[in-house]
Amino acid sequence: MSFLWRGTLTAPLLGALWMLVVATTVAVGFSFATGEAFRPSVLLCLLWGAVVGLGAVFRLGSVSMFGAVIGLAGVTLAGVGPMVIGADVGPVAGWGAAIALGMAFAMSFWAIVAELKPGALTRHEFEAAVIRFLTGFGYIFFTAIVVIPFYVMVMTSLKNQQALMQNPLDFSIELSRGWELFRSYAELFGQYDFGRYLWTSFYISCLTVFITLLFSVPGAYAVARLRFNGRAAFSRSILLIYMVPMIVLALPIYIAFSQMGLRNTVFGIVLIYPVTTIPVALYMLQGYFRGLPAEVEEAGLMDGLSRLAVIWKITLPLALPALASVSLYVFMIAWNEFLLAFMLLDDPSKFTLTRAVTSLNSSEVPRQHLMAGAVIATVPIMALFLGLEKFMTKGLTAGSVKG
Amino acid sequence: MSDTPIPPKGRGPLAKREARLAWGLLAPTIISVSLVVILPLLAIFWISVKPIGLADLRPPTLSVNEQLRDADEAEPYIRYRVRNTSQDIALTSARFSDMFPEGAEPGAVPEGCTYEARTLTCDLGEVEAGGRSEIRVPIIADDPEAMEDPLEDSEPDVVVKAPNILTNFEFTGENFARVFDGGEFWQVLWVTLLYTIFGTIGALVMGLFAAMLLNKSFRGQGILRGLYLFPYVAPVIAVAFTWVTLFDPFSGSANALLIQMGVTSEAINFFGQRPLALIMVIVFEIWRYFPLSFLFILARMQSIDTDMYEAADMDGASPFQKFWYLSLPQLVGILSVLFLLRFIWTFNKFDDIFLLTGGNAGTRTLTVNVYEQAFAISNIGAGAAVAVVIFACLIVFSVFFFKWISREEGL
Repeated sequence: MSFLWRGTLTAPLLGALWMLVVATTVAVGFSFATGEAFRPSVLLCLLWGAVVGLGAVFRLGSVSMFGAVIGLAGVTLAGVGPMVIGADVGPVAGWGAAIALGMAFAMSFWAIVAELKPGALTRHEFEAAVIRFLTGFGYIFFTAIVVIPFYVMVMTSLKNQQALMQNPLDFSIELSRGWELFRSYAELFGQYDFGRYLWTSFYISCLTVFITLLFSVPGAYAVARLRFNGRAAFSRSILLIYMVPMIVLALPIYIAFSQMGLRNTVFGIVLIYPVTTIPVALYMLQGYFRGLPAEVEEAGLMDGLSRLAVIWKITLPLALPALASVSLYVFMIAWNEFLLAFMLLDDPSKFTLTRAVTSLNSSEVPRQHLMAGAVIATVPIMALFLGLEKFMTKGLTAGSVKG
Repeated sequence: MSDTPIPPKGRGPLAKREARLAWGLLAPTIISVSLVVILPLLAIFWISVKPIGLADLRPPTLSVNEQLRDADEAEPYIRYRVRNTSQDIALTSARFSDMFPEGAEPGAVPEGCTYEARTLTCDLGEVEAGGRSEIRVPIIADDPEAMEDPLEDSEPDVVVKAPNILTNFEFTGENFARVFDGGEFWQVLWVTLLYTIFGTIGALVMGLFAAMLLNKSFRGQGILRGLYLFPYVAPVIAVAFTWVTLFDPFSGSANALLIQMGVTSEAINFFGQRPLALIMVIVFEIWRYFPLSFLFILARMQSIDTDMYEAADMDGASPFQKFWYLSLPQLVGILSVLFLLRFIWTFNKFDDIFLLTGGNAGTRTLTVNVYEQAFAISNIGAGAAVAVVIFACLIVFSVFFFKWISREEGL
């Protein structure tokens, strides 16, 4: 690698690669926003990126940066730039895209090569520039892969079948449609009974959280604090059970529920969901209980409180943040659960939200309805997540990697 | 903590009481978990050696059809048409009983039946497979036509004894023979391993990359961290269907984008052709689970002592050297734990593949095969046999898991 440690080599190389990244990003962004044709040209990207890169090491500073913006926008509009603008793209979108490309590239690239000189570089300078490049790439990459699917989900739900088939790239919002935009949502709630499913999912999840806590708090306390034979073995079997795949259990459960008439009942679901979450919750809580100072509890015992009173009056209030994260995590598992709901519920009046969305996945139901259903299932859990992120991330990390 | 007294050895009354309390507190969990986890696990072994189809879950029963006939004539009667619903299993001790409403009485009680407290009970004895018979009961009523609805509304109660395939002692080795038959099983196992290994490693590497990006404080760091967790937090149905929509060969945005960019000239069926479907499914797995590894690795990174890096700076270590010689060794522990856990969970993953491809186009893993055998081919026994194979793999992994994790995490 050391032959690359020269500003005159490193900068053009990084420039070429960075141009590829920026041009692709701008092209994809403008395609989605306007629905028109923008695409990066690989060879021209590499060429212009290298040229600007070479220029950047020799004459650093805001003047040449400004020049790069103008130059890149100019060559792009002339049709020989890193990004090719389709022939029938309107002037506003075309100019906008060209200037956006120039600015996005120049501003970020000057930051990447800020410390590079034309001559020999130290290992430090070289690696720092590469790391800045990788960092920039990483932010764009991760943001794109996360944002694009969710963006597509929301935008598809706001369109109609005809527009979707006509130009799948056009995600501009036709504000002129007014409330018509939300038609698929209105139809889901009106014709497909989604209000009921939302409610079913909500109370099933709440019940699951409640039952899980009821079972796992005493259990976790016992594992964390009390001495008994087989404690270590028990702690391990929790972990083991937590790894048993649901699909293995689903068959016998399906058979048993069929025979007992529990299939197709919300009661059956409420019976089964907590059991899948109790081991997780128990495992998370016992870790937290262990972290609490035992001295406070011992003081309570000395003052004549019974063990149960100690749990109720001392441990639980201290463990409130942990209870919050466990509850959120369990709520999330129950809300997102698909397999059991899919296998055990056939009657549309008893569907949970995930089961109902699955039933929209048929050729008779338009795509935008399915996506609107997906949005309806996602929004509550996202709202909860964003509102209580601190607890949620804690719950996720404590909950090991269940999923 | 060094002056904490060592707990006394042996078991005094206090220790015994404590142990009793502990088991008491654990009892609800143990009972419920045994019922829903241990019992089904045992059941799956039982089912896997039994010839059970989906149809066998509906045990054969007696269908009784009740009709009032000749209501407008001199001799109205009730006709009970009785049929064994199964074509190959005979019923024993079959009988049914029917309530009569006020104002109607049976004129004569047929042979084998009794009438008591407004209830007619008929004993049919044995009903052969597919057997049918008819019982006529004359009716005495003031206004037979008005009695039609009350008479027919009362559903007859049916009691039968039928051999239950689930509880008898008929066994077969055919389920396993079927599972291991031909090359299909090895194909499925191979796909499962590819999916698991690449999915796990991919998610770990991506998670490591994302964690390094966010392991410094800047404005908006919290927002990005929240954003990067979205794929994991969103319901699987929502994200899976979004991917299916996004990569749809006809109306998908991904294809439109690729065609416009000149990468491909015609639409690609991402989830419908080999081996692309398997690659896509693995990419989805990486996309959905990198947030988790990211979260764990970030948590570990933030607990690394910064002094070490300062010392390395003094010694003139370059950024990559610091990563390779300082950060990575600190992260090996969490990375190996994550690898093992994610490996097991990816191996067990069902929903994602099922929703994305339904196991078609060379993406059938063991878990999807369970569903496929049990519900698509309606052979519950074969599905259970695949489940047993999965469980055996799980046991093998767990041995590794406890050998390694116990060392890493001090469990």
